[in-house]
Amino acid sequence: MKKTVLMAVLLCAAAFAYAQSEKYESAMKANIAQLDSLMTKGNFDELANNFIRIGDAEKTQWLPYYYAAYCYASEGLSEQDNSKKDAIADKANAQITKAEAILGKENSETDVIKAMIATIQMTVDPQSRYMTYGALISDNIQKSESLDPTNPRPVLFEAQSKFFTPEQYGGGKDAAKVLFDKAKTLFDNFKPESDVSPNWGKTSLEYFLSQYK
Amino acid sequence: MCKILLFSFLLISVRGIAQTKVSGKVIDNKKSPLAGVSIALKDSYDGATTDSLGNYSFTSTEKGEQIITATSTGYKPFEEKINISGVPISLTIELKESITELRAVVISAGTFEASDAKRATALNPIDIVTTASANGDITSALKTIPGTQQIGEQDGLFVRGGTADETKYYIDGSLVNNFYYSTEPGQATRGRFNPFLFKGTIFSSGGYSALYGQALSSVLLLQSIDLPDKTSADFGISYLGANAGIQKLSKNKKSSWGVTYAYTNLSLVYGLIRQQFDYFKVPVVQEADANYRIKTSSTGMLKYYGYFSTTNVGYKRQDIDSLMLKDAFGLRNFNMYHNLSWKEYLGKGWKVNVGASYSTNKDSIRNELQNQDNEKQEINDDPLYAYKNFNLTNKGQYINTKLVFEKNIKNLSSIRLGGENNNTTQSATYHQYDGISYPEKIKENIVAAFGEADVYLSNNIAARVGVRAEHSKLLDKSDIAPRLSFAYKFHDKSQASVAYGIFYQDPNNNYLPSINALHFQKATHYIAQYQKITSQRTFRTELYYKKYADLIKTTNANNETFKAIDNSGFGDAKGIEFFWRDKKTIKNLDYWISYSYIDTRRDFLNYPSKMEPSFVARHTASLVVKKFVTPIKTQFNASYTFATGRPYYNIVYDFSQNKYNLLDQGRTKNYNNLSLSVNYLPSIGKVNAKSFSVIVLSVTNVLGFNNIYNYNYSVDGQNKLPVTPASKRFFYLGYFVSFGIDRTQDDINNHL
Repeated sequence: MKKTVLMAVLLCAAAFAYAQSEKYESAMKANIAQLDSLMTKGNFDELANNFIRIGDAEKTQWLPYYYAAYCYASEGLSEQDNSKKDAIADKANAQITKAEAILGKENSETDVIKAMIATIQMTVDPQSRYMTYGALISDNIQKSESLDPTNPRPVLFEAQSKFFTPEQYGGGKDAAKVLFDKAKTLFDNFKPESDVSPNWGKTSLEYFLSQYK
Repeated sequence: MCKILLFSFLLISVRGIAQTKVSGKVIDNKKSPLAGVSIALKDSYDGATTDSLGNYSFTSTEKGEQIITATSTGYKPFEEKINISGVPISLTIELKESITELRAVVISAGTFEASDAKRATALNPIDIVTTASANGDITSALKTIPGTQQIGEQDGLFVRGGTADETKYYIDGSLVNNFYYSTEPGQATRGRFNPFLFKGTIFSSGGYSALYGQALSSVLLLQSIDLPDKTSADFGISYLGANAGIQKLSKNKKSSWGVTYAYTNLSLVYGLIRQQFDYFKVPVVQEADANYRIKTSSTGMLKYYGYFSTTNVGYKRQDIDSLMLKDAFGLRNFNMYHNLSWKEYLGKGWKVNVGASYSTNKDSIRNELQNQDNEKQEINDDPLYAYKNFNLTNKGQYINTKLVFEKNIKNLSSIRLGGENNNTTQSATYHQYDGISYPEKIKENIVAAFGEADVYLSNNIAARVGVRAEHSKLLDKSDIAPRLSFAYKFHDKSQASVAYGIFYQDPNNNYLPSINALHFQKATHYIAQYQKITSQRTFRTELYYKKYADLIKTTNANNETFKAIDNSGFGDAKGIEFFWRDKKTIKNLDYWISYSYIDTRRDFLNYPSKMEPSFVARHTASLVVKKFVTPIKTQFNASYTFATGRPYYNIVYDFSQNKYNLLDQGRTKNYNNLSLSVNYLPSIGKVNAKSFSVIVLSVTNVLGFNNIYNYNYSVDGQNKLPVTPASKRFFYLGYFVSFGIDRTQDDINNHL
């Protein structure tokens, strides 16, 4: 009898946990589905806040904060007003720090976000900030690639930077194409760890690849 | 059993389906709606973000007592208990602004800041090295901003009617004596310190903090860099000399060390560019420096910087009293400077800064009267010529220690308390033509204690109140100097500030020992400022009044030359200054314009009455332009400076009347200087380049204006000779390469 009760309790606890994780996954999926339209709609704050609420309630999940940081990083990269960039970068930084604290380490995905944040901070005043933030960008991209050589996102990030850099400065469309192609191969073979793990970037990759046609 | 449990679980789920609507509005303390505010029920997924009208609305499946939160950057977090029971809830939330560095007003009267601070500043550290007329010299770059004079015949910064003595220099909080190279009289030289050593420069043209003292006019505060970003080796060669250095960052990135050596020899320059004097020993400078920096904890940093240099120079020029004779002047200098600083957070909001500096300086000067065949002439029966043969040795030793405790009270409000000790020993030995020597030694020790509070009442209003007490052992006098500033920020983000302060300073050692007992010289500053800084444009204007009292007067009585007699000097200065910087109007072009007007008179040193000082031009204006041309990887910099003529005087001591008389006076013609510099960066764009190189070409006074700084008079007053720059134009060509650090992106991103 005792055994049966224990079994029953365990089963029900599992069922409850399953319901909880289903709630988490469905909430995450609903928000992740909006990520692609993020750049066009520009409602960065709303989406970031959604993720932060999930993160605050869950307490042990790093992904909600990771996505919140991604929202702010995207906002910062599309911001044209230099005077607003630092505040946005600070918000993104706060979230990625929380994500890494829960993970207990950095990983290939958080490093990409950190490279994005450093890019925002550098573009505020490139001449005087390059020494600090330029090094941060390349360090994070290198770390990201070495922590997970199959991750297409650091390669995509590099490719995009090259795309916007003039040819005489080592950038240009041709130099970027090589990296976009590499990113495409990586994307084709990339299997996210779970349904809610980072898997963004394909849409922008396709956009950039369409520029070559 | 399990069925029951499952059933109850289902019940929970079913109950959970009942939804409650929560809606409302978020406003600030002025009742304006706030957009983008995150509303959440604590520990649930439920919540919303306010729209552009501040409205929010969401439904929740939670039940019972819950905590609703509202958070937005720049505002204090809001929390309130609500009871969710299925009845729709409407809640208006008022958020209170928090005081943050990004939004708060800056206490800025009298201050120009070049740093990588997150808020916008008028200048940034790179500006120092890309100003055409500066040639990489910090103080020359500062001469293009308001409040400074274009003085070419003496070292230093002459600020708002003050002499060069009235400006003091600090590195990481510690005083620097002999900031400039020792040089021949009548020529200004560069500062000793490489601008790349510093991450921040704060130049105060008045009303500065109680943490600093013993400067009647101005302080220049330099903050050295912390750990370098990467290990690197640097090498440079120019037709002036060569330099090499290494910076090593430890593997754990917690410490670094570096050494550099530079050799400067002007032989080639003087061969190519005609100089007004005949050099029998062309200037040779050897310099070495070393640094060590270590993180003593996650928040602590210990830094050491040491500097050594020797200079050797000798030249001949026409003697002003006789066409047949020449003066041969020789100078040897040895200088060293050591700076040690430590900063650490102590917990409970306390922070400590400890700094110490030790420096020595030795000048050995030799002057000889020579005939046209360069033979020594001893005309000992005529005092006019006899005294022109002499030797002089000047030795100085300076020890500065400083301790500052800082406590963060709330928001940005803080207090600072501390003390400073300044010990100076200066000895000079003058060997007269007949072998008689006159040794003199001046010892001074100044102890200071200071306290300062920054009070932020809101993001818009701030005040800084400070006081500094000082005691001079030499004068056996004490003083108390209050400082006060107030700043207000308007809705359009522009701000107005005012500053008041009393500043005391010891008499310059050159006029000591004095004939009568002296006390501190005194200046009182009143400053009003208006500025608007955005990331692309800066507008700033300052109005000031400065009153001098107790300036020292000198005498030649009893065959003393220029010895201080008393503190009966006085004076005042008033003026208005404008600064405009614009990176926006013309694409990829960055320029600034400064204009200063000053009206000043003073009676000090040997002035027979209250007069306009010879180191002040009434109107000074500068235009500085910077442009990077992408396709040719080249940055072009230009600067043009104009200053109206300055007064010059022939002041002679009348031994029969025991007073100074003004025998002649005039005004120099206007000063003009157009300088250009070109930096070519060929390594840009080389992917993963292991080295980065820069070729620099600069030309000072491109248009060849014949500038005259001042006039020197012969003893009989019959002959006057203009004091001019050492050469009309000056060229510089250099090649610098750095291995390990790729600075390429630096310039690329500048114009993206």
